[in-house]
Amino acid sequence: MKERIDDFQTRREHLKHLSDTELKAYFLELSDKIVDPLIDLAYQNTSKSIERSILLRMGFSSIDAKAIVEILSENDLLRKGAGQCVYLVSKEYGLPIHEAGLALQNGDHIDYLMERFNIYGTK
Amino acid sequence: MEPNKKLDIREILKDLEHYVPNKRGWIWRDVSPQTIGEFTYMQASPGLKNFVPLPSARGLGNIDPQPDAVITTEIASGRFEDDIRRMRMAAYHGADHIMVIRTAGQSHFDGLLEGTPQGIGGIPVTRKQLRAQRKALDIIEEEVGRPINYHSYVSGVAGPEIAVLFTEEGVNGAHQDPQYNVLYRNINAIRSFVDAAESKKVMAYANMAQIDGAHNANATARDAWKVMPELLVQHIINSKFSEKAGIKKENICLSTVPPAASPTPDLKLNLPYAVALREFLSDYKMRAQMNTKYMDSSTREATVTHVLNLLISRLTSADIQSTITPDEGRNVPWHIYNIEALDTAKQAMVGMDDILSMVSLKDDGYLYDKKREIQERSILMMEEIIEMGGYFKAVEAGMFVDSGEYPQRNADGISRDMNGGVGAGTVVKRDPDYMAPVTAHFGYNNIAQYGENYVKNPSSLIGGCTFEKPELVKFIDELDDTDNVYLRMDKTEKYRTGKIIKPEVEWLGDGTVTVDLFFPSDIRTSEAAALEAGRKMNLIDVEVIHKEVLHPSEGTRVQIKGTFAFDIDVKSLVLPEIIKSHSEDDVLNYVKKHPIKVVAGTAGNDEHSVGIREVLDIKHGGIEKYGIKYEYLGTSVPIEKFVDAAIETKSNVIMMSTIISHDDTHYKSMLKLHNYAVEKGVRDQLILIAGGTQVTPEIARVNKMDQGFGRGTKGIHIASFIIDHHKELNLK
Repeated sequence: MKERIDDFQTRREHLKHLSDTELKAYFLELSDKIVDPLIDLAYQNTSKSIERSILLRMGFSSIDAKAIVEILSENDLLRKGAGQCVYLVSKEYGLPIHEAGLALQNGDHIDYLMERFNIYGTK
Repeated sequence: MEPNKKLDIREILKDLEHYVPNKRGWIWRDVSPQTIGEFTYMQASPGLKNFVPLPSARGLGNIDPQPDAVITTEIASGRFEDDIRRMRMAAYHGADHIMVIRTAGQSHFDGLLEGTPQGIGGIPVTRKQLRAQRKALDIIEEEVGRPINYHSYVSGVAGPEIAVLFTEEGVNGAHQDPQYNVLYRNINAIRSFVDAAESKKVMAYANMAQIDGAHNANATARDAWKVMPELLVQHIINSKFSEKAGIKKENICLSTVPPAASPTPDLKLNLPYAVALREFLSDYKMRAQMNTKYMDSSTREATVTHVLNLLISRLTSADIQSTITPDEGRNVPWHIYNIEALDTAKQAMVGMDDILSMVSLKDDGYLYDKKREIQERSILMMEEIIEMGGYFKAVEAGMFVDSGEYPQRNADGISRDMNGGVGAGTVVKRDPDYMAPVTAHFGYNNIAQYGENYVKNPSSLIGGCTFEKPELVKFIDELDDTDNVYLRMDKTEKYRTGKIIKPEVEWLGDGTVTVDLFFPSDIRTSEAAALEAGRKMNLIDVEVIHKEVLHPSEGTRVQIKGTFAFDIDVKSLVLPEIIKSHSEDDVLNYVKKHPIKVVAGTAGNDEHSVGIREVLDIKHGGIEKYGIKYEYLGTSVPIEKFVDAAIETKSNVIMMSTIISHDDTHYKSMLKLHNYAVEKGVRDQLILIAGGTQVTPEIARVNKMDQGFGRGTKGIHIASFIIDHHKELNLK
């Protein structure tokens, strides 16, 4: 930001007459305005770390979770959810969740997922 | 666990694969007034089963009142196995919140670390390390009789995974603040906030206490007190974001540090800020941390700063009182300083118990005006952030950690490109059919496509996740066979049994010692002289850790550290005999019921009187303090006079001081005293005690005394012996 002298006295004009209670309420109101867009952003997006954390919860080791997320990311499948990909492979091939994940890690069944999600032209 | 038995670290590491922590979630102290003896403490919590009281408690019946706030200590020396021992010591001194600092660089590691490699400036936080420490703390909390909150950091580019790991491993609290990632770790801002919501949702599920990262602003800013308005902004951003991600208000803790330190007018700067913060963010808990910004190498100075910080805690509030070790300005904390910091907090908080029932903060004048000013400045800053287009734009513009007090700007704030930093461009938009079949997942989750009945509990789609079924957790043991706990422990195995010992500051067998020196010289000469002195003491790797000018030419204080490279075989040590002593109350009560009289003096041609006066006079804590009456015969007392005086005054005890040991005079005097008492026919009615610098209990008894006392004897030791022996005589 550009250098600027302390112009607190002029800036505060509109706050001066607020009571302490009003001031606090205004502080909290402003905080909502700053934070709401951040929460929306988080609501709509995911990341490799989030997807790995989901696979950890599904019983994968950190090493396996990392490898599965990498291969799904390479195939642009994270937007579907790594957990969903593992779940679908497990359903389709009648595998326990853990084995379904390891199969994905080997590069198996990616094509099935691409078809299932109707993704064309990526691989 | 017995206090006199060491924790067996190998035993803790055994069968870790199957260890499941016994609980989740943060635990506050049971805050309630406590009466201990004649004192009632208002801001207090129940006492411990096993503890080490403050040193001065010796004269107060060894009471150890516990304050109301949870007390934190940070322990992470790089070797978690050695840290476990420190945790046990800390718990005995009142810590119930133990924080583990992560090794340098872990926040940039994209994923989880495994195994037990050694760390730098902290420890690699891994599943095995967490499980071992949690298991140890489960034992230790049982031992002290109070739950211990275990804590580390959910930050960096692997936050959500770490939050899951912490939930699975029974970690009770964590730092989580995306602003910390952005400002101080240069991790992409978008990635940080997206990850943070997931981390927070997981932490909320585990009922963890969350601590934010705002305090880093005052550690980073050029003039820490000018960043106060911004601190309010940082606190509220993280707190609101946390609430919206699902964390309960009572688990949101603000990490607040009094930004300034004396020699600034500490309270005039820090108190209005503390009030402003607690007023605006009254929905949340306060984690009061101590100042690190203005720490130098003087542990004394740091301690005074920290006590002033504690005064602010007591004048306002603290739900968690964290401690900074007074040596943090010069090294990664050592054992003794964790304990000093804990004792500082306990002592000061207990000492200032209930202060607000006697004094109150003014709601007008300087305190009010300054508080209001800080609050208004913070509001103005938020208005401008919104005007600029929101948080990311403001960060890009360098709004944060500017050295000017807002609205003043010095154009030196931290600026982060919204599309830059570690992990930039790694966030993925969720598709409409995105789904995650697990518990505590934040955000959009189209689980309904598989059936409405899974919506409430998404993990039911796969029959439960690790949060409901801990047996699903995959434990990885070691990945590196050249860097792990077993190799480190093998190297120091001989010290582990307690048969061979070495001085230590952080790691078993490290051999580090400090020497405190004064030289009547200038600072440069003194420093060089100190290093030379250390080498002549046979220390290795001598380094100056602190120097302080007493006068530019008359003298300098220098503290050095070095390695003492010798092992001490405990078998070869001669341990002093244990002198039994009763509690002061027991002695007083006994003497009240059974009056005891003593005649005392220094024997022969000997004019020493200091020693005996110290064990006689009430002023020095002598036997008089316990109601024992004495007749002081003076110095150079002939041996016969002791016995004659005892008969004449109907005394039960003779206390003979004998300092001169030339030609075994002291032994001869003892025998002579015994023989004369026998001759007078009173030996079996009298308790004969000899004392002096060269007297040992063994020598005294060989020379027919009932007991002897040497250097370091206190009145209570003698009084305790007298009442024990008096009981025996009465029985006869």
